[in-house]
Amino acid sequence: MIITITVVLVLVLIGIIVAVKYPQRAVSAALALVTIGSIAFHFLTPWWWTEIASNWGGIDDTIILTFWVTGAVFVAICLFMSFCVWRFRYNKDRKAEYKPENSKLEWALTIFTTLGVCALLAPGLIVWNKYVTVPEDAVDVEVMAQQWYWNFRLPGEDGKLGLTDIRNINDDNPFGINLDDPNGVDDILIEGDDLHIPIGQSVKINLRSIDVLHDFYIPQFRAKMDMVPGVVTYYWFTPIRTGDFEILCMEYCGTGHYAMRGRILVDEQIDYEDWLSEQVTFEEMMASINKTDLIQLALNKKGDK
Amino acid sequence: MAADSYEDIAVGKGDAIPALEVKPQDLYHAKSFWTRWIFCQDAKVIGIQYSITAIAIGLVALVLSWLMRLQLAFPELVPFIGPGEYYQFVTMHGMIMVIYLLTALFLGGFGNFLIPLMVGARDMVFPYVNMVSYWVYLLAVIVLVASFFVPGGPTGAGWTLYPPQAITSGTPGGDSLGIVLMLVSLSIFVVGFTMGGLNYVITTLQARTRGMTLMRMPLTVWGIFTATVLALFAFPALIVSCIMMTLDNLLGTSFFMPAMVQFGEQSEYSGGSPILFQHLFWFFGHPEVYIVALPAFGIVSDLISVHARKNIFGYRMMVWAIVIIGALSFIVWAHHMYVAGMNPWFGFFFATTTLIIAIPTALKVYNWVITLWRGNIHLTIPMLFALAFIVTFVNGGITGLFLGNVIVDVPLSDTYFVVAHFHMVMGIAPVLVVFGAIYHWYPLITGRFLHEGMGKFHFWVSFLGSYLIYFPMHYLGFVGVPRRYYEMYDSEFMTVSTNYLNQFITVVALIVGFSQLVFLYNLITSAKFGKKAGKNPWKACSLEWRTPEVPPGHGNFGKELPIVYRWAYDFSVPGAKEDYIPQDIGPSQVPEAEAEQT
Repeated sequence: MIITITVVLVLVLIGIIVAVKYPQRAVSAALALVTIGSIAFHFLTPWWWTEIASNWGGIDDTIILTFWVTGAVFVAICLFMSFCVWRFRYNKDRKAEYKPENSKLEWALTIFTTLGVCALLAPGLIVWNKYVTVPEDAVDVEVMAQQWYWNFRLPGEDGKLGLTDIRNINDDNPFGINLDDPNGVDDILIEGDDLHIPIGQSVKINLRSIDVLHDFYIPQFRAKMDMVPGVVTYYWFTPIRTGDFEILCMEYCGTGHYAMRGRILVDEQIDYEDWLSEQVTFEEMMASINKTDLIQLALNKKGDK
Repeated sequence: MAADSYEDIAVGKGDAIPALEVKPQDLYHAKSFWTRWIFCQDAKVIGIQYSITAIAIGLVALVLSWLMRLQLAFPELVPFIGPGEYYQFVTMHGMIMVIYLLTALFLGGFGNFLIPLMVGARDMVFPYVNMVSYWVYLLAVIVLVASFFVPGGPTGAGWTLYPPQAITSGTPGGDSLGIVLMLVSLSIFVVGFTMGGLNYVITTLQARTRGMTLMRMPLTVWGIFTATVLALFAFPALIVSCIMMTLDNLLGTSFFMPAMVQFGEQSEYSGGSPILFQHLFWFFGHPEVYIVALPAFGIVSDLISVHARKNIFGYRMMVWAIVIIGALSFIVWAHHMYVAGMNPWFGFFFATTTLIIAIPTALKVYNWVITLWRGNIHLTIPMLFALAFIVTFVNGGITGLFLGNVIVDVPLSDTYFVVAHFHMVMGIAPVLVVFGAIYHWYPLITGRFLHEGMGKFHFWVSFLGSYLIYFPMHYLGFVGVPRRYYEMYDSEFMTVSTNYLNQFITVVALIVGFSQLVFLYNLITSAKFGKKAGKNPWKACSLEWRTPEVPPGHGNFGKELPIVYRWAYDFSVPGAKEDYIPQDIGPSQVPEAEAEQT
């Protein structure tokens, strides 16, 4: 610590001396130092992204590509400025060059920049296309957000989530499951607790909010989407390593926003099944409060079909 | 490089000076102290009134940022800041900086002061409306400040004011007067701005002096003019969304409010669309970025050219780049909404348009640095700020290429990467231009220079300090640290504590904040004790330096308006004696260099 402080102070001192003695060169040096310092920080920083836990490595690759392309431009421009400030510093016997335009150079730079932009955009759009195209074998999971915690719903044995409506929500039916839709009867409900998912299985995360905007984000999965009341949004991913991950709300949702955290656990298949068997379905929940008549109504509708 | 292609713009060879189209009209003359200094119709005074008010309210936002930084790094020092207060500070800081400081200062402040002087007009075309514009702006500021003193305090909805949370009880000020005053204040601001904005546009189009063709205008005027056109198209989207949200809040309509269950209660709303608000907000909000950036682009071009004693490289391309960027800025807005829950297929369109806008922007940067090449660079304080602007703008611009590329935005949106990006590109970069511009034009406004030692201190601390604040902050975003978190502490996804970095950033932010007080002191004392500047101390070519009196008097230009014979960038013309030829010097009046005559 003391060594670091001493080094910093010595550097600052040298900087001040240079700046006072050679003001012109100091500016040139400062521009170069800012550039070199930025590169050094980039490669030495201990603050970097988390170890990835989903299939979205393509996102990381696109970011790295963007770093190289844009970083090169940044370094070139800053070092060029640094050179100009040093080389063309004021001299009363010299006149600046008079050259208003140079169409060849301007065209060359336009084409060069356009190519750079294409190099960033094309791979980015390919990965985005993958992001918005959910694979057919993905299983549905619903995340339902409210101020300021998370609820989850799994589709049950039929593999289908029942329809919902915010206006159905009451103390007996916290998810607002639509009793006209028999698919909802066997849905598994998890209120304010952890979610588990099995490793290697693609999941389509269906996102729902019952009050304000929220956003379901796990840094290690990279994926993210806002949840909007009245709309079901989605994204998908495949977990590639087991673990216990923190869920963060990423869209400002009022005073408790910063405390709106949850947990998601990626399990081996066998652990996942153990956990799943302990969860309650909508039917069991209704039975526990003696509302089986409502469930019967829903099941009758299934018979009608 | 063929000689005739630039001489067309440079000297206007063969351009006859047009005859006077409109007879000179007498100006309104103030008769008392009140009409001369308070309810004044002179654009220069209005510009200064705008600037002082904007800087004053900006200081409030600066103090709010210190409190936020203290909460993030040293929460034990500020026990009075709870989550509610923190979110109120975040909201008011953002809103003040973007709207009430930067927009008002660039357009109301610099626009008023510089447009008539630079295009060779005696005043704005509608001086009375122009005066009212300032007083309406002041009213908007007063309503905004009033929200600090009402029960429940100001709104804490975030500067984007997204419904439903903005007008519900889970948000500070959401179910009290805070949000109402915010929406009312914004609406008033838009009304006031429209009055001023019409003036800036029409003065630029109609009141230029003889010979001042559009392609001879300084880039400062081009920047402010284009930004004002953008603002006149963009602000209506803001005012209608404010009015619709006020109706939702007070009368129970459901423009933006869907059916919802909040804290166990069914709401009365049904059927509204929160995403509709976001579209309206960003249809205003993205052009707003360029409303701040384009005047900065224009001003910095002039600063670089004057202080490098060299014409701006590729003037015509610079003009077209400003216009194209302005036009494109209306079709990129949804890049703020990639993960907002809109149709994901929009991502393809908006990512493409967003990255296209990088091309004219990059060309502007190239032209600035090429202007330095073979220049004769005076490292005056305005030049220092211009150089610092390029560094921070390039840095903030390339992180825009990260966020604009839709898939890269997915992990980074709503993290500190975004906070660092927009502070670098539309906070630090334009503010550095504001500083440069103030050091540059202060001698014109007061007749005196700002103190150079204090200026250098202010420059070095502001530039290096703000770079040290925002460059490392991007990396918190890579870690995944969310913005708008009252506290984060250490979560297990962070391998190294982010708290060290937070503390470092806060310490630097306080130092940079302190240096602004030095600047303020300089600004006040130099008006009286600064070194006398005389006429045209920077040897610039544009008309604002060619007034008979310094500071320019009422009516700007003595008896006769100047006649313009050339562009604003005739620096270091071969064969001329001086290294600059002002715009109102005719071809036959240029003193020739003795050596080259023989």
